[in-house]
Amino acid sequence: MSQDQNVFKCHKISKGVASGEALVSQDDMNFYMVEPSTGIVVDRGNSIEGRNITGTVLIFRGGKGSSVVMADGLYQLTMTKRAPRAMIIKNPETVLVASAIVMKIPLVDRVDPKFYDTVQDGDLVEVDANQGIITVTRKQA
Amino acid sequence: MKLTANEQAMLEGKYGAGAALAMEIQVAIGESFDAERMVEITRAHVATSNQEADTWFAEKLLLGGAYCKIRPTVNPGFNLKYFQQISEVAEEDAKMMERTHNTYKGLGAVLTYDCTPYLGSNIPHLGEIIAFSESSATPYVNAVWGARSNREASQSALCAAITGVVPEFGLLLDENRKGDILVRVEADMKSDFEYQLLGFTGKKIGIGVPVFVGLPAKISPEALMNLGAQLNTSGAFGMYHIPGITPEAPTPEVAFGGKKPVREVVITNKDLKEILEYFSPASGTIEFALLGCPLLTISQVRDIALVIENKKLKVPMFVLVNSLTKELAKRMGYLDAIREAGGHLVEDTCMDQPPFWHSFKGKVGVTESPKCAFYMNRREMTYIVRDIETCVEAAIKGEVK
Repeated sequence: MSQDQNVFKCHKISKGVASGEALVSQDDMNFYMVEPSTGIVVDRGNSIEGRNITGTVLIFRGGKGSSVVMADGLYQLTMTKRAPRAMIIKNPETVLVASAIVMKIPLVDRVDPKFYDTVQDGDLVEVDANQGIITVTRKQA
Repeated sequence: MKLTANEQAMLEGKYGAGAALAMEIQVAIGESFDAERMVEITRAHVATSNQEADTWFAEKLLLGGAYCKIRPTVNPGFNLKYFQQISEVAEEDAKMMERTHNTYKGLGAVLTYDCTPYLGSNIPHLGEIIAFSESSATPYVNAVWGARSNREASQSALCAAITGVVPEFGLLLDENRKGDILVRVEADMKSDFEYQLLGFTGKKIGIGVPVFVGLPAKISPEALMNLGAQLNTSGAFGMYHIPGITPEAPTPEVAFGGKKPVREVVITNKDLKEILEYFSPASGTIEFALLGCPLLTISQVRDIALVIENKKLKVPMFVLVNSLTKELAKRMGYLDAIREAGGHLVEDTCMDQPPFWHSFKGKVGVTESPKCAFYMNRREMTYIVRDIETCVEAAIKGEVK
């Protein structure tokens, strides 16, 4: 098994280091619309509707939705151990930013655009928010 | 960020662990948005929800000795006394509500239990720097009152209430308040209800500050409340402009700050119809009606009373309001009209709370609010969305025409 590794710069929002398999959504996320007991996205029309976000490094556009349910969504997922390990976004907005900081989930933005051409679902992604570095490893058969 | 000596002392724990945590979170938020400093606020609204995360976090601050420097108004949980009178309330649910009440009381919050503070209990003036969370509240205070608030999370608004400051970025700064998306509304905006549907087109509008043109010259507070609530369900909008209503936007040109919009979006009757169809399951039979997300105003309660007078409801109907509206409805006879028909007018209660999750699970209901319908999908409730009068008629007949 050979490995293909790429490193990208990013900007820290919520501190921490974590890694997991990549899951890419083309849409904004509201974690209240993820079933806490399973980690499955129930937001109708989201490009990852029906997918499981448990333990992933979740890559999406940004947050959407109400100012209180976002934190509760992340909190419930954290309690059931179904939360994403880290999050990579394009558009930071205060509700998601505050929720991630409160729930201590690493969150970064301002990623090198090449990252988005490279990363695919299932890649192993390490997010080091503290150093501002993302490492993408493609597993090859 | 550059902190003042006092802010630095707070961060280092001179005012207790609670205030230090609040400041630490706000500094992290500020740094992520490249804020240079903190600025003082004069008002706050916390979207208290009586949900675990919110109460857990508020308790952590309280146990750390925090007390609100700027006493915030708060959102509703549920009216424990009322629901204990009409039904069984599980012990854990009752305990949770008591915990929330005591925590926010301990923090010094003003216990309004109202998600529409901008219509009565907490109204800012033009240019005032404030920290408002809650879907419909943030856009209302920015776009209608001309105050300056970022789209705070419930938790960041509570931190701001405790520290008395917010990091200076985003909508606090002139340059970020200008419009950049032209939204040409070609749909017929016949009533307040169309603003619910317009608000739910947030995904099509996209990220930015919309400037709505083509709307009627007169728009009611209820319509603006609906617009903001739905914009922040379908997307994330702290600010919009309606030229002629938004104090900073006498004209579209001023709204855009003399620049050209980066994008133009046209909203037609077809767009609104698509939203309505998204919230219209095949069958028209309903088992309950739940109205008031956001909490309804006295004028909306009057509309309900007029439809319901001298009629009997076929299915349970709950109308949610703030405590002032409840008192007014009592004085004005609307409460009797609703009660005599078999309905409930309840104050201090949010639709996303245990009494409703338990009694309506697996059932089909009707509501005036796309927001309610959208979130309650995760609680295994299906909602048909219609205007208020149609909802009440549906509750009388047991079906939606």
